[in-house]
Amino acid sequence: MDRIRARFQLYRPGFTLDVDLDLPGRGLTALFGHSGSGKTTVLRCMAGLERAPGGRLMVRGQTWQNSTHWLPTHQRPIGYVFQEASLFAHLSVMGNLRYGLKRNREAPRIRLEQAITLLGIEPLLERKPDRLSGGERQRVSMARALAVSPSLLLMDEPLAALDLARKQEILPYLERLRDELDLPIIYVSHAADEVARLADHLVVLEQGGVIASGPLADTLSRLDLPIHLGEDAGTVLQATVSELDPQWHLMRVDFDGGHLWTRDHGLPLGQRVRVRVLARDVSLAEHPGTSSIQNLLRGQIDALAADDHPGLTLVRVRVGTATLLARLTQRAVATLQVKPGREFWVQVKSVALLP
Amino acid sequence: MLTDSDLQALGLTLRLASIVTLILLVIGTPIAWWLARTHSRWKGPVGAVVALPLVLPPSVLGFYLLLAMGPNGPVGQLTQSMGMGLLPFTFWGLVVASVFYSMPFMVQPLQTAFESVGDRPLEVAATLRASPIDAFFSVAVPMSLPGFLTASILTFTHTVGEFGVVLMIGGNLPGVTRVASVQIYDHVEALEYLQAHRLSAVLLLFSFIVLLVLYAWRPTPRRSV
Repeated sequence: MDRIRARFQLYRPGFTLDVDLDLPGRGLTALFGHSGSGKTTVLRCMAGLERAPGGRLMVRGQTWQNSTHWLPTHQRPIGYVFQEASLFAHLSVMGNLRYGLKRNREAPRIRLEQAITLLGIEPLLERKPDRLSGGERQRVSMARALAVSPSLLLMDEPLAALDLARKQEILPYLERLRDELDLPIIYVSHAADEVARLADHLVVLEQGGVIASGPLADTLSRLDLPIHLGEDAGTVLQATVSELDPQWHLMRVDFDGGHLWTRDHGLPLGQRVRVRVLARDVSLAEHPGTSSIQNLLRGQIDALAADDHPGLTLVRVRVGTATLLARLTQRAVATLQVKPGREFWVQVKSVALLP
Repeated sequence: MLTDSDLQALGLTLRLASIVTLILLVIGTPIAWWLARTHSRWKGPVGAVVALPLVLPPSVLGFYLLLAMGPNGPVGQLTQSMGMGLLPFTFWGLVVASVFYSMPFMVQPLQTAFESVGDRPLEVAATLRASPIDAFFSVAVPMSLPGFLTASILTFTHTVGEFGVVLMIGGNLPGVTRVASVQIYDHVEALEYLQAHRLSAVLLLFSFIVLLVLYAWRPTPRRSV
């Protein structure tokens, strides 16, 4: 009963949506897809902003929509963060926060002060929205969505309208939301790096249909999907900071299957981190040799699949219990005789830390 | 200076314009809201009917209203059966006629203001637990305040200035239907040019000042950011 079940069908000129989702009732679920994939429409159906006749939606045992019953948006216990902050310009920041708070009839599970602290907006409370930066506005709109104590938080590309610096400013707050509140989050995005960093569960949508849904690491390493991720194909490892090398400013992270060296990010020993390894940064070698690439792992080829370019192949490699993807040329595959079952040295050129 | 009957005509004019503005705020707002938000195929026809007084000669509008409110017209029969008598040549007949005549001046600025609010703020309000009516009063109205101001001022001044419809429906009864514009006409007919000058100057000044205030102090429309 602790899950989110959603079934929506919409038929519009030039667009058909047909999804049947069974999502975990906790953690952050990312709806990933290109524009036109229907991800925002799914989110709007969940919020009741879009009406999908005949759809069904059950959230943690409560029916929000079925064939006979349809809760209007204002009666659904949701929080919704739009792509643009959409603050009410006629109200101050505090007025915006209180707008939903004083209309909420549910038991307040998140206190207003908690929402304010969580998003670090104490200094902004008296200001008018037009006196805020883009990043500040989006933080206020997140606090506003939390202040109604939602039992489901829906976020529609909350970072897409922001530049890179503002994005970096907000990401840590999103992680705090995910980690500190017992609140399921559905997060719509077309940015693979955001998804890799934030998601626990990943749903990939294409042309109004679901082509994959599962835990992040499993979904990312599926070979039939990276094609849709293009240059962003890669996997995510759960790792722990285990050694610091002050002489070379490096740090070691351990995962199930080996360890990787990366730049020292100033993290304490024992810190859990997500490490993202892109397929284009992974290569294979028959013999370990002298190389500028210092991360060398022993792995076994699991499967091969065609990439979106005819000259390239995606190779899935098992390293311990972890999975890596490598993007190789067809010629390299032929020369090295890369095929399932064979063992190779796996060289990892660079990794991205998702703290 | 102004004579007693001039003052009486001015007082009547202000009373008429105030009442008409208030009535149109009440009935024009939902019409404007509907026109701004609907996708119905009736949007075009209704919008055209509301805008008719902009292009119709006031005497044509007054003529039809006179027929409708007269003893054989549908409105006239209704008011008679309700024991209210007949509306033509009464103050309230003037009010009803003016409501029709000034309708577009209330509805059109409001419709524009509501359209510029857009869907998003109302969707945001809904996700923050506001019912549609609640969202209308707590979001759409505050965001459209400049539109309300413009619409009210235009309606008021336009009602002050009406002449043709008044003559058709109200006639020229001192203290009942003789408004300032009719009074000026009377003065001119009687060759009382000095009196006509004074009253005209009052209306000219009034209209200019109102419009000056409207155009000089115009709050920027509020948008959600």
